[in-house]
Amino acid sequence: MNKTFNNKAWWMVLPVFLVVAFNALVPLMTVVNYSVQETFGNNEFFWSGTIWFQQLLDNDQIRASLGRQIIFTTVVLFIQVPLGLTIALCMPRKGPWVSVCLVLMALPLLVPWNVVGSMWNIMALPDIGLLGRTINAMGIHYNYTRDPVAAWFTVVLMDVWHWTSLVVLLCYAGLVSIPDAYYQAAKIDGARPWAVFRYIQLPKLKHVLTIAILLRFMDSFMIYTEVIVLTGGGPGSATKFLSIDLVQKALGGFDLGPAAAFSIVYFLIILLTSWLFYTLMMRNEAN
Amino acid sequence: MTLELKNVSKRVGADMHIHDTSLVFDDNSFNILLGATRAGKTTLMQLMAGIQKPTTGAIWHRGKDVTHVPVQRRNVSMVYQQFINYPMLSVFENIASPLRVTGMAESEVKSRVGRAAEILRLTPMLDRKPAELSGGQQQRTAIARAIVKDSDLIFLDEPLANLDYKLREELRDELPKLFSGRNAIVFYATTEPHEALLFGNKTLTMHQGRITQFGPTAEIYRKPNSLTSARVFSDPPINIARVTKKGKKLQLSHGNVSWPVAAGAAKLPDGDYSIGLQPHYVLPQKSSQTSGALSGRVLVTEISGSESVVHIDVGGQTWVSQSHGVHPHQVGETATFHADVSRALFFDAAGKLVS
Repeated sequence: MNKTFNNKAWWMVLPVFLVVAFNALVPLMTVVNYSVQETFGNNEFFWSGTIWFQQLLDNDQIRASLGRQIIFTTVVLFIQVPLGLTIALCMPRKGPWVSVCLVLMALPLLVPWNVVGSMWNIMALPDIGLLGRTINAMGIHYNYTRDPVAAWFTVVLMDVWHWTSLVVLLCYAGLVSIPDAYYQAAKIDGARPWAVFRYIQLPKLKHVLTIAILLRFMDSFMIYTEVIVLTGGGPGSATKFLSIDLVQKALGGFDLGPAAAFSIVYFLIILLTSWLFYTLMMRNEAN
Repeated sequence: MTLELKNVSKRVGADMHIHDTSLVFDDNSFNILLGATRAGKTTLMQLMAGIQKPTTGAIWHRGKDVTHVPVQRRNVSMVYQQFINYPMLSVFENIASPLRVTGMAESEVKSRVGRAAEILRLTPMLDRKPAELSGGQQQRTAIARAIVKDSDLIFLDEPLANLDYKLREELRDELPKLFSGRNAIVFYATTEPHEALLFGNKTLTMHQGRITQFGPTAEIYRKPNSLTSARVFSDPPINIARVTKKGKKLQLSHGNVSWPVAAGAAKLPDGDYSIGLQPHYVLPQKSSQTSGALSGRVLVTEISGSESVVHIDVGGQTWVSQSHGVHPHQVGETATFHADVSRALFFDAAGKLVS
């Protein structure tokens, strides 16, 4: 049998190939390239093998940043997901208040990130800020520029304010899409509100919640702008997260090699954790 | 031992979903609610079940006013058009769910679920989750939930609408058997007239929130009390024509057609009427039954296996003929059909059946 060869189809793949190459592969490979070389300027590079990676893993400072990052993300997820779900459950399903609630919820998401940082920076100032003064007036000593606990409290509060809405909107969309018949069926069975939540709403929200957790995990793990504006990573390095550490290394020290190795490890952590999350949550779906 | 609706109506905002309605349903009866989408079938069911409260009127069940008794204390079951099951629970637990709240003993639950599963051929699937079942099995699970407890009222809201053809036929055969011999009033909502004819029993025709007729199914089909009922209960749509009766002649308003008046309508006073003639009384061949001819241009022909449906244009109005056998017609050609005029239903100007 004669087989006709027609390779024209490759031309159709070319645009996608180019786009992927330029927006993902080329930049990534540049970073990989830096991560295994040493440079002293003059555009001269020397092979350095895995030395930057070894240094990175031995670096106490980076380990501390990673630890802070994990704690921050965990805290933020444990607050935002249940809180967002609760708010979504409390929101009205029909009537004029729906649009009011949706707009109120969407507002924090529309504020530019550095503005969020400045807003909370000013608001939490102990002498002139609304929040800072109020807390101090209640007799609690609060100064986020000096006290690490206060700084953490402010950073977490800011992130909750900024991003819980995303969880709310995702969950709300999931809730609205549950047909009324489910609630009626549960009502006929005499199911209590808790059972309705446990056996209807939660399973129906599974996919939406997975997406919400993934998005919030990735975003909070990469947090930079808001924190750098609010605390600059301080006091000391109390709120110095991975991205802040990375920027200080890459731009401040201009250590291209270590910064590139750092970027790759950072990227892999996020990729692996996201994959793990997703696989675990979708585990039952497969069989 | 009945369910009684006394002047029940339902208004939502400015819309009347159900107009003033009084009805009595017998115990152990199978009642079909027939009407187009948005005719009010679901609302009427939800009112009777107690999921919605009527705006006016009262609902009595077995001699007691239950208007304000919430649905969970009324002992009802409901099956929906969508396949509604608890996604996380196994088929067994799904079927058992209505029994769980009653605090029934585990052995009794097991035997009841086992019986329901057997009737609906779900026994091999009891350990599976609803998502792992086919559409037909999911709906059978929902139906099993409805029959597992001894409900007083069972509501089936277009339960077969989302199933494919074969499964629909299958369940259609099974359903009446399932629900006969239960000490319950069963309601079955559907948009399809032939489904109602298949189930027989009693039918309630609905149109725009009003009950147009309620009675034995065959009787309503043969003698609808109004033009509206006739329209609701015919598929393909009943032929409706304006006519003038003059002595022994019947002059159609269109196409210069005139027919002899059949014996049944001879006593009617002369004047204008609307006649309704089911498509299967308009046939392609002349016979001893037919007495009126009808010529027109063929618009559409649908031949499905053993049946032919032909639409013809008679002086600007469409007539539909439905006959057994394959009767090919070319679209555009002129054809003559023969009507069994004695089967024509006569309606007065207000749309009421007069003969």
